[in-house]
Amino acid sequence: MNKIVKKEHFSANVVKLIVEAPLIAASRRPGNFVIVIDNDHGERIPLTIADADPLKGTITLVVQAIGDSTRAICEMEPGQYLHDVVGPLGRPTHIENYGTVVCCGGGVGVAPLLPIIKAMKEAGNRVISVLAARTKELIILEKQVSEYSDEVVIMTDDGSYGNKGLVTQGVESVIEREPVNLVVTIGPAVMMKFVALTTLKHNVPTMCSLNTIMVDGTGMCGACRVTVDGHMRFVCIDGPEFDAHKVDFDEMMLRLKSYN
Amino acid sequence: MTISPRDAKWREELRQSLSAKQRTSIPRAKMPELPADYRVTCNHEVNQGLSTEMAVLEATRCLDCPDPQCVTGCPVSINIPGFIKNIERREFPAAAAVLKETSALPAVCGRVCPQERQCESKCIYNKMKKPPVAIGYLERFAADTENMRDQLPDEVMVVTRNGKKVAVAGSGPAGLSFAGAMAKRGYKVTVFEALHEIGGVLKYGIPEFRLPNSVVDIEIEGLERQGVEMVKDCIIGKTLSYDKLLEMGFDGLFVASGAGLPRFMGIPGESLVNIMSSNEYLTRINLMHAGTPGYATPVPKVDRVAVIGGGNTAMDSVRTARRMGASQVMLVYRRSEEEMPARLEEVKHAKEEGVEFMTLHNPVEYLGDEKGRVRAMRVQRMELGEPDESGRRSPVPVPGAIDEIEVDLVIVSVGVSPNPLIPSAIDGLDVTRRGTIEVNDDMQSSIPLIYAGGDIVRGGATVILAMGDGRRAAEAMDRMLSQK
Repeated sequence: MNKIVKKEHFSANVVKLIVEAPLIAASRRPGNFVIVIDNDHGERIPLTIADADPLKGTITLVVQAIGDSTRAICEMEPGQYLHDVVGPLGRPTHIENYGTVVCCGGGVGVAPLLPIIKAMKEAGNRVISVLAARTKELIILEKQVSEYSDEVVIMTDDGSYGNKGLVTQGVESVIEREPVNLVVTIGPAVMMKFVALTTLKHNVPTMCSLNTIMVDGTGMCGACRVTVDGHMRFVCIDGPEFDAHKVDFDEMMLRLKSYN
Repeated sequence: MTISPRDAKWREELRQSLSAKQRTSIPRAKMPELPADYRVTCNHEVNQGLSTEMAVLEATRCLDCPDPQCVTGCPVSINIPGFIKNIERREFPAAAAVLKETSALPAVCGRVCPQERQCESKCIYNKMKKPPVAIGYLERFAADTENMRDQLPDEVMVVTRNGKKVAVAGSGPAGLSFAGAMAKRGYKVTVFEALHEIGGVLKYGIPEFRLPNSVVDIEIEGLERQGVEMVKDCIIGKTLSYDKLLEMGFDGLFVASGAGLPRFMGIPGESLVNIMSSNEYLTRINLMHAGTPGYATPVPKVDRVAVIGGGNTAMDSVRTARRMGASQVMLVYRRSEEEMPARLEEVKHAKEEGVEFMTLHNPVEYLGDEKGRVRAMRVQRMELGEPDESGRRSPVPVPGAIDEIEVDLVIVSVGVSPNPLIPSAIDGLDVTRRGTIEVNDDMQSSIPLIYAGGDIVRGGATVILAMGDGRRAAEAMDRMLSQK
């Protein structure tokens, strides 16, 4: 049982929860995720760790209400308990000084991107963050992102904030403007697919973080399998990060709809 | 120390009370079971267990051999005649005590062990061309009778703690067996489990109708009464590192993290929606209760299910699919029934429950619909060729004999690879090419304080072999730690 100590609304259906999980807070690294069960009849769902405070023994989760379980979690209040939180799972992000790194996040994907932005900056990279969403209200964590970024580019589909246009346009404008050594992208599968296509065109190495269906999250069930470079890979133990140019996003998107 | 030794006076008297001829003329007990048409409608345990009178009569068949071969067929060397003769004289708690001497989970083993290949295959009755003593049924009887006793056994061993503590990674059969054996030796044992339930494969893998969770829980509670601490949601190597365990004062670690990664066949279409591993299918239903009203985890509700494979997990999957309401359930296996690794009883039960056996068939491709869901499988007919290195006749394709069969759900049950979490998380731990942890005869790994056993060492075996590993590792680790 893990107590929710703080809750903040990012938008109508995106909340930030700070949850007691001292062992995970102490051992997690950027890129790791946890499996969460909301109640004793709940399902196991993977959520990326957005931040952690080892001293207070808490981790930060950013949850978007998209299914029954995430909706239930978003409705929980401080003082209530998540039934189970287990982790940290997945391989941590490989952090080094690449030079210039573009970190590009869509919607709630900005949350798991934040610790990577932070770590990339601390490793000495020039970090340019591209945040994208449908509309202004859905841009989250802009302040925290800008704290660790040399530049932040905002893209909204409707032009209500930042530049009007798609995330790919934002990424492409940076790539065309200056040499970029690595792009990191986290967001909806379709967004990562098009970011990958864009950066492939410019030959910029690109890493994505995948969020697939999982049951155990520890390498046992195989629900999270994806095809990377023609080989079957398991997101929970081989990932969640992969070379975006080699991921079969179309297959992944079909598999994400398994239970719709 | 042996309880109920063969030269005990009561055993001598019991042996002489009936002639061998009288004993061998008794027919082997038949396990009472629920009728097939009823049991596919529910999850109730199929085997109902022997009645007291049936058990006593079955125990009477045992000749109490001077050199009992059955014991050599048991991976944990249970004193089989010792417990059986206690059943014959109706000293049921004593029978259970004999079992508990060497087995941490007798009620489990009595249900899931492949006795026909172990103890029962060595029974003297086989030489007389008669069915062997039903050792498995009797083990279950003794364990269940003990577990149903009102008061806790007052002889629960009070052990003096030796001041040392050991950690176990994984709460499946290997981990629990190790935990029990170390607790008896006076160690403070903490079992760390990655999932949110204790029991490992006994909970997520083996279905309720074959091994009720309540049976597993009673055995776990027994270990807790012996002082074993169980910690859920904690992954050694992730949540707690090996170094952290040492820092916390643990004197040793037993890794029993089990089978991991499901294997797939690598054929076209295998990533279609509604193709999943048996691990996923069984975990959804057994551990997460998918399909039970009120539980959030989904599982496809479909008519036509194909399970690929011929092992016990494949049998568990076909039988589960029938209970989930599938009208047509096919078991697709590339060899013939004779080569099937599954227990005979599982094969029999699956057939009674209406599962179609498509032996000598092998899927070669899956076809999807416009939504990416599997709609058909193309299966290659096979015939048996020459024996391969395993001694089994290897299947070879019949040229041109490919059928297309409509199917809504495919469950791939062709084996697992070891769980890579711990091997990849502990530096200096030697791992084989197959990904299993390398151990010596004492189950000790390349890191002296780490022992390992069960599927993480074997790659994929049975509950009882895993338990045997746990026991061996406990003996060896105890020897090592006692010398320190």
